[in-house]
Amino acid sequence: MQRPVALEVRALSKRFDRPAVDTLDLTVFGGEFYALVGPNGAGKTTTLRMVTGLLRPDAGSIRIEGVDALADPIAAKQITAWLSDEPMIYDKLTPYEYLEFVAGLWRIDAATAEARARELIGWLGLEPNAHERCEGFSRGMKQKVALAGALVHDPKLIILDEPLTGLDAGSARTVKNVLAGRVAAGGTVIMTTHILEVAERMADRIGIIAHGRLIAEGTLDELHHKTGRTAASLEDTFLTLVEAPVAAE
Amino acid sequence: MSTPATVTWLAGHELKLGWRDWLSMMTAGRRNRMRTVAIALVVFVVFMHLLAWSMVGGYAATPVDATKAQLVAVTGTLLLSFSLLLSQAMESVTRAFYTRADLDLILTSPVPQQKVFAVRIARIAAAVSAVALFLASPFINMLAILGGARWLAAYGVVASMGMVAAALAVALTVALFRLIGPKRTRLIAQIVAAVIGAAFVIGLQVAAILSYGSLSRFAPLQSEWLIVHAPDAASAMWLAARAALGNLGALAAVMAAGLALLAGAIAVFSRRFGDHVIAAAGVLQATVRQRARSFRRVSAAHALRRKEWTLLLRDPWLVSQTLMQILYLLPPALLLWKSFHDGAGSFVLLVPVLVMAAGQLGGGFAWLSISGEDAPDLVASAPISARRIIWAKIEAGMETIAIVFAPFVLALGFASAHAAIVAGLGVLVAAGASTLVQLCFRTQARRSQFRRRQVSSRIATFAEAFSSIAWAATAALAAIGTFVAVAPALIALGILFGVWLLTPPSPAASSSAAARPKARPPSG
Repeated sequence: MQRPVALEVRALSKRFDRPAVDTLDLTVFGGEFYALVGPNGAGKTTTLRMVTGLLRPDAGSIRIEGVDALADPIAAKQITAWLSDEPMIYDKLTPYEYLEFVAGLWRIDAATAEARARELIGWLGLEPNAHERCEGFSRGMKQKVALAGALVHDPKLIILDEPLTGLDAGSARTVKNVLAGRVAAGGTVIMTTHILEVAERMADRIGIIAHGRLIAEGTLDELHHKTGRTAASLEDTFLTLVEAPVAAE
Repeated sequence: MSTPATVTWLAGHELKLGWRDWLSMMTAGRRNRMRTVAIALVVFVVFMHLLAWSMVGGYAATPVDATKAQLVAVTGTLLLSFSLLLSQAMESVTRAFYTRADLDLILTSPVPQQKVFAVRIARIAAAVSAVALFLASPFINMLAILGGARWLAAYGVVASMGMVAAALAVALTVALFRLIGPKRTRLIAQIVAAVIGAAFVIGLQVAAILSYGSLSRFAPLQSEWLIVHAPDAASAMWLAARAALGNLGALAAVMAAGLALLAGAIAVFSRRFGDHVIAAAGVLQATVRQRARSFRRVSAAHALRRKEWTLLLRDPWLVSQTLMQILYLLPPALLLWKSFHDGAGSFVLLVPVLVMAAGQLGGGFAWLSISGEDAPDLVASAPISARRIIWAKIEAGMETIAIVFAPFVLALGFASAHAAIVAGLGVLVAAGASTLVQLCFRTQARRSQFRRRQVSSRIATFAEAFSSIAWAATAALAAIGTFVAVAPALIALGILFGVWLLTPPSPAASSSAAARPKARPPSG
């Protein structure tokens, strides 16, 4: 049976002063946890910002759940959530008010949104602070609020850029559990990360990006096979794959 | 190169940082703009000299041995400038207390804190004096060209005023710190700074209205009553005025007093400055709980508008920064009240004041809602068109303007329906024009960067100011019912056309990402 495609990127290109993303092809299936890893400046964030409509590509196509994201960005955004590495929330709003605002932007029915907000605030352990302004929150708490915002409109595809940066072990565990729960419930998660252990443990498939190109992709075993080191860690595999094109250049 | 960790070495470091800050502020971080900035500065300096010539040319012949009336006028002008310098110095001192920047590094280094903060206080004095000298230079130069080199002594007076302002600002801020504690000082000091900056001007205007039915702040300074009751011309009170007129003995005394006050402030306060900075850093944001209530069903545009209003109302510092301009509406309000009682027709004077204030406030609100977005990615990734996002933000700003100015326009309506209609239209047009300027030069910033908005684009700042002035002139002429009003209106439209022509090219962002027009460099 053919698996449903959640994200299909074809020949995507973006150039700043140098090519940031270079004719990249990427396919992520529905219900999949996909980790995108790569060295700094490899083009991970640029790729995902183009997918979420935050950056216009120079060339290529993007389809989210069958919707052409470049031709109909509103429909694509309706089913997508984006969470950046820097939690961007409003200091003067409470988590509850923030979620109400996000629900308003995504035009979610108030009663449904409120019920979902309660549930998310519970999952993320934010109940004691639900009606406090975010200005005094730690980075971890702010990231949890931002994550709740990404989930409150029940997106089919969640895209996260380094969501665990700066989080303590407890907060990181909570975020990972919530993401795993989304995948278990049939949602699709795409995440960039520098923490290879997280990719190794959580991702169904891992894509390795370097110099704006997807240089390898597959399950952990498939990636190990590509380097001929079946017993090696993802770190060894990653370094071998990333260094290979550099050595070739 | 001086020995590390000495006062001269630290001063050199501060000077380097100050220079680079200024350069980055002027060029908006783009080195290739240096030539444009240099040309703009030359044009500005020439324009200011021409303006100064028309404004102070008639006073160049004022002799060194001036009459009491002349000394009163010069002293009043110096006091007006000093209130602005003191306000600016207080802002700088408050920032020195509360901005972390490199303080963690400095406070954990083995350099004596007293030495570091002595240099910082001196830097504040130098910065305040430098700005004052730059702004005063066209006036002093024109006076010197037309009335002789003796007027150059005024440079010394201005520098001395900068030093005194810095010394007083440090003393006032430290006093506030001890009196009300670090938690409240930040907001209160900002408000006190703004009030000090406005109080003298407003006070003179109130006196002018009550005594002469005029808005001119110079009317009380030229009043017979004041001249009769002022101390004799030989009094030490006129020392600064005499120094500005070229009396070298007075100049030496004024400069010595300025230096002594600054040195005294450095000696007394630099020792404890570090403690206050640490205390300010230890201030935790108080937990503020909001009342729980159910979600309400609203449109995306309404959600955006409501968010803008909530954020504005919950930020007393921002409210104080934006609405402080309303302080300047108090004298016109008093004039309106007095005109209404006296049956005089001077309410027509109010129309341009209201329109000018609306233009300035409109620009502020527009910047906050369009550029000052703390969660740009969230808004840009929402399923709403860029056009709708921008419209909702514009509506939020314009509705706030309508709420602020409606009472003034309504009150004016009781005195003259025609003036009220002109004022109402003028308020909307001036605020709309400033919004358009902010829209053309929108950038992505945090709301907390509001006070830097005027330096993020010089073109936008000047366009906003000149557009407000032109619309105020249009409204003033329309209020008296002359067709000449068309002329300034055409100038205002010309300014807006120029803004449209100079609008920076849209960066390579998605059309749906209008709320985040300047794409940040990718991190991965």
